Amino acid sequence: MNGPLLKVENLTKHYPLGSGIFKKSIPVIRAVEDVSFSVEAGETLCIVGESGCGKSTVARLLMRLVEPTAGRVLIDGTDIAGLKKDALHAWRRRMQMVFQDPYSSLNPRLTAAQIITEPVENFERLGRNQRQALAADLLRKVGMSPEMTHRLPSELSGGQRQRLGIARALSLNPSLIIADEAVSALDVSVQAQILNLLLDLQQQMGIAFVFISHDLGVVEHIGHRVAVMYLGRIVELAPCEALFAKPVHPYTEALLAAAPVPDPTRIRLQVPVDGEMPSPINPPNGCAFHPRCPLAVERCRIEVPPLVPMADGRIVACHVRAPATELSAPPIANRALAQIDSIS
Amino acid sequence: MGRLQLSDLPRLARRYPLVFIGGGLLTLLIILALAAPLYAGDPVNINPFKRLQPPSAEMWFGSDNLGRDVFARTIFGARISLMVGLLSAACAALAGLLIGVIAGYSRSFDNVVMRIMDGLMSIPTILLAIALISLTGPGIGILIVAIAIPETPAVARLVRSVVLGVRQRPYVEAALCGGARLPKVLWRHILPSTVPALMVQGATVCASAILTEAGLSFLGVGVPPEIPSWGNMIASSRLYLAIAPLTIFAPGICLAVTVLAVNLLGDGLRDMFDPRSKRRR
Repeated sequence: MNGPLLKVENLTKHYPLGSGIFKKSIPVIRAVEDVSFSVEAGETLCIVGESGCGKSTVARLLMRLVEPTAGRVLIDGTDIAGLKKDALHAWRRRMQMVFQDPYSSLNPRLTAAQIITEPVENFERLGRNQRQALAADLLRKVGMSPEMTHRLPSELSGGQRQRLGIARALSLNPSLIIADEAVSALDVSVQAQILNLLLDLQQQMGIAFVFISHDLGVVEHIGHRVAVMYLGRIVELAPCEALFAKPVHPYTEALLAAAPVPDPTRIRLQVPVDGEMPSPINPPNGCAFHPRCPLAVERCRIEVPPLVPMADGRIVACHVRAPATELSAPPIANRALAQIDSIS
Repeated sequence: MGRLQLSDLPRLARRYPLVFIGGGLLTLLIILALAAPLYAGDPVNINPFKRLQPPSAEMWFGSDNLGRDVFARTIFGARISLMVGLLSAACAALAGLLIGVIAGYSRSFDNVVMRIMDGLMSIPTILLAIALISLTGPGIGILIVAIAIPETPAVARLVRSVVLGVRQRPYVEAALCGGARLPKVLWRHILPSTVPALMVQGATVCASAILTEAGLSFLGVGVPPEIPSWGNMIASSRLYLAIAPLTIFAPGICLAVTVLAVNLLGDGLRDMFDPRSKRRR
């Protein structure tokens, strides 16, 4: 396998606020700012961050549900962010999405069989028997009884609905599944079942996941690598164990410290972080985290910290914890990308 | 899946009584109107010797000021009212659906066409219909169009709002992720959601179209005067209310019952289509 399955380069999304026919400059929401990462086949990359940090927008950009303002999304080397609608159609088979809300992501008027076979029918014509067989097969894959084919979503439980959502994503045999908060709407016990189902599917079928979550417990359980986002930017991208063992970026540290850990012996880091995330319409100059950062120095207020590779294979954007070496620094994104390639 | 059988009828009738009362009444009216030549007399035969007669075995509802059979005229008038009402509602619903769906999906079309719709909405229905009819002269076809056009903006606005709401739903995005193309997304995921609103609004439009037709005919700009319609019957009989009340009450009560039936049906359909009350079997 040469090259990563998915490679994201300098992905940026600005939402203009209102239409600007008469106004010279329109304020924009900087939802995603210069995000780059890559995902190998069969790997799970988790994206974490608090509400509003742009992680769901990344998912929607990857699926091209929204058009990126700038940047590239490469699947096996082809840039799907630049494709025309018709050409994009064929690439839809490669990546699928599992949605957050198992209630609103299933059409209430369609039966389970109709829901999970629809993606396949967008690409090929199915006979009645083929459709039945496919539906039964997909249901079995996600641990549901084939007798459920005629049920409506309203007749299923939350966990069963999310299984349907996963079955729908699996129907096209994708190489990559983007799971946007796929378990956060479920009970904890059901969460565990769905997570284990995803892990099983990954092992059996070699599917790569981009798993977007705010739940660090879930991320620690299933992630291979973790990207931490803050205000539209990646601030730290590290192998899962390394990140949880020793966070480097002060925001990651604060995030981990805020998460409840079911282990009384584990020492909780005391990082005082207060205030709220600044507005992405008017982000702070320099490092976006500096107004809340206990370590902030003068330089953080002026200069956006570049993503700097560390010894243990992580990249961190922080002037204090990961100061960039001054000599002949290449442009931020390129260096970050090179680093992504080397650790993945 | 959802196939209806004859044996389900009593259960459905208990579940959705309004649909059955309204639908039943409307069906009865349609059958009576269609079968009119089989049992009702001649609605246009003028008999000057039998003017303003009380009800008799020959003329059940008596006769009007020209000696015409009021019963026959009422029954034949139902044909006009129902035809104009149903066809105008169908035209308005279809046009409104088309405009609403496109407006819900295209910003530029939305900006232009919905402003025109707003303009249309600000003109009173009867006034606009009279203006349209005066452009071409009276006739059933133009009457239907003239009633449908002022009703279209309300339907278009409603459909547009449903489409705008539904296109944001995750299941529509999920369909796009699954590789569905826009026509299929519209047909399979968006249009079905507009059906309940369209049905209910269609019934309202139908009721109001029947009333508009009666109003226009009452004013003398609706159906040509030789064709009996409830509106022109009431108009021509209003001077004789004291002498022959049935000449006005027969078409008036029929009009009220028809509009009631259509409205009941509309309300019933709204309950039936609500997915929250939807059950299998």
